[in-house]
Amino acid sequence: MKTKQIKEPLWTQIKKSKISYTMLAPFFVLFFLFTILPVLASMGLSLTHFNMLETPQWVGWGNYIRLLLEDDLFMQGFQNTLIFALITGPVSYLLCLLFAWIINEFKGKLRALLTLVFYAPSISGQAYLIWSPILSDDRYGYLNGLLMRFDLMQEATLWMKTEKYILPMLIVVQLWLSLGTGFLAFIAGLQTVDKNLYEAAAIDGVGNRWQELWFVTLPAMKPQLMFGAVMQITLSFAVADISLQLAGNPSINYAGSTIVTHLLDYGGGTRFDMGYASAIATILFILMVGTNKVVQRLLKRVGD
Amino acid sequence: MMNTTLSAHRKPPRRSQKRSLWRSFKSAFRREKQVNRSAAGNGLLFFLMFICGIFMVLPLVMIVNNALKPLDEIFQFPPQIFVRNPTLENFTDLFILMNDSWVPFSRYILNTIIITGCGTVGHVICASLAAYPLAKHRFPGRNMLFSAVVLSMMFSWTVTQIPNYMIISYLGINNTYLALILPACAYGMGLYLMKQFMEQIPNSLMESARLDGATEYSVFWRIIMPNVKPAWLTLAIFQFQTLWGNTGYLFLRSEELKPLQFAMQAITRGGAQRAGASAAVGFIIAAIPITFFLVCQASILETMTTSGIKE
Repeated sequence: MKTKQIKEPLWTQIKKSKISYTMLAPFFVLFFLFTILPVLASMGLSLTHFNMLETPQWVGWGNYIRLLLEDDLFMQGFQNTLIFALITGPVSYLLCLLFAWIINEFKGKLRALLTLVFYAPSISGQAYLIWSPILSDDRYGYLNGLLMRFDLMQEATLWMKTEKYILPMLIVVQLWLSLGTGFLAFIAGLQTVDKNLYEAAAIDGVGNRWQELWFVTLPAMKPQLMFGAVMQITLSFAVADISLQLAGNPSINYAGSTIVTHLLDYGGGTRFDMGYASAIATILFILMVGTNKVVQRLLKRVGD
Repeated sequence: MMNTTLSAHRKPPRRSQKRSLWRSFKSAFRREKQVNRSAAGNGLLFFLMFICGIFMVLPLVMIVNNALKPLDEIFQFPPQIFVRNPTLENFTDLFILMNDSWVPFSRYILNTIIITGCGTVGHVICASLAAYPLAKHRFPGRNMLFSAVVLSMMFSWTVTQIPNYMIISYLGINNTYLALILPACAYGMGLYLMKQFMEQIPNSLMESARLDGATEYSVFWRIIMPNVKPAWLTLAIFQFQTLWGNTGYLFLRSEELKPLQFAMQAITRGGAQRAGASAAVGFIIAAIPITFFLVCQASILETMTTSGIKE
């Protein structure tokens, strides 16, 4: 099965690897059905008008033109998503890295405990709902109660009903939730950095931990940095659930709407305009994959 | 011979795990001097860690405390974070509510077991079976397939939601367990982690088995799978977490098929008079995945060391 450097004709190679293909088959048949085909179908549908009942009608770029030029709500959602992603993406990525880096200084049980504390929010499912009593509008809300007790506020603030607070508060909740798989990858990656590298670097004149981080640690865990970036970017663009649950749908003046909530409005919600929803999904797809590709390119320069 | 090669890619057993919490805490501060560590820097970072740690842990502490609060404390003003008279009332309330449900409560549990069980086992089998040739065989299309998997990690499931629904309807598996199980078997990240981990296994191990006349399937089953146990444990945990959080509202319409998550979330929508039971629900929903993670933390971290994307 190992590579023979002599080039055989493609067909012989394929025939020889029959067993490999059989092993791949179960996963990739399902992968094709539930991932690849849907992406292609979504792109195709985005060029049609389709309401799930009648046959799709070809409308060309119509949906995109409507989406980009006429749909103010989409623009609002798009803007919110960008703000969201531009803040939570890099911040949570850096926090993942920072926390993983500090946790790495601890040992044994304490390290395990800290890992759990920081990772737990992201796996505890709908646990972010606890934020709704914290941010509750009345004096029973924990945040209001706390601020009023210390006389920082005279009356209760409607955190999730006031336009200017919705997005910042959602960002805080998202940051709380966002130390996910990427964080684990960083913790694991830091453990694999060869300890001798640090001593060698100290002899070579690396004077403090920050230089050590930039010149030794980060380059050594570059593959994990790339993986973590993929996870964080995908997460930060897909924000919807916390907005739906905490700010409601539609939120006040759409201050908490994102691309995904807009997509749900047209797709699963009330309007059943699948062609239009697919156009939104396609834009989201391009946005996510595009950002990932750009960031991957940037990360290749770490430590240079 | 097998044993020597095996230990080559295993880490040495971690002695530090046996140390008590307090001792490891002490040693974190008072250990032998390391290169490039200043006391001021230590202080600053640990202080930062402490503040952020409180921010991270406080909501979870509240979930636990709320679950143990009697009703009058839940509605107390000013709100208290910590419970004063802990009680299990909320949990008994929850069980009473669930016994009154339309479909017997045990049915929801059974559904959850079927969905998470089949989805997890199916995923681990499909993903490892596909990861083996991707990691260890050379064949045309190999890079293309793997790039497709990496690409699939770069967007979330919301992008493909609508066509997914149509495909599932078209296959005629709407409103069956399969609507949740089949897509779950083919998540890209599982295959990715598995492949990265399998690449660590030395080829010599497989070669010697092949010389003994083993087929590719028995190499996979006898040599590879036992050696990637941390990886498939990780996959199982991740998959369990995903499926545990799935209410299946999109595909499952019959009440008899809905999972526990759905039943419990229905209770939290009951408003103020169900505040106690909801607090108990919040605890159960969060506690189960966290417990699983806690149990398997070591294997998960071992798997994640190989997760990196190489150029």
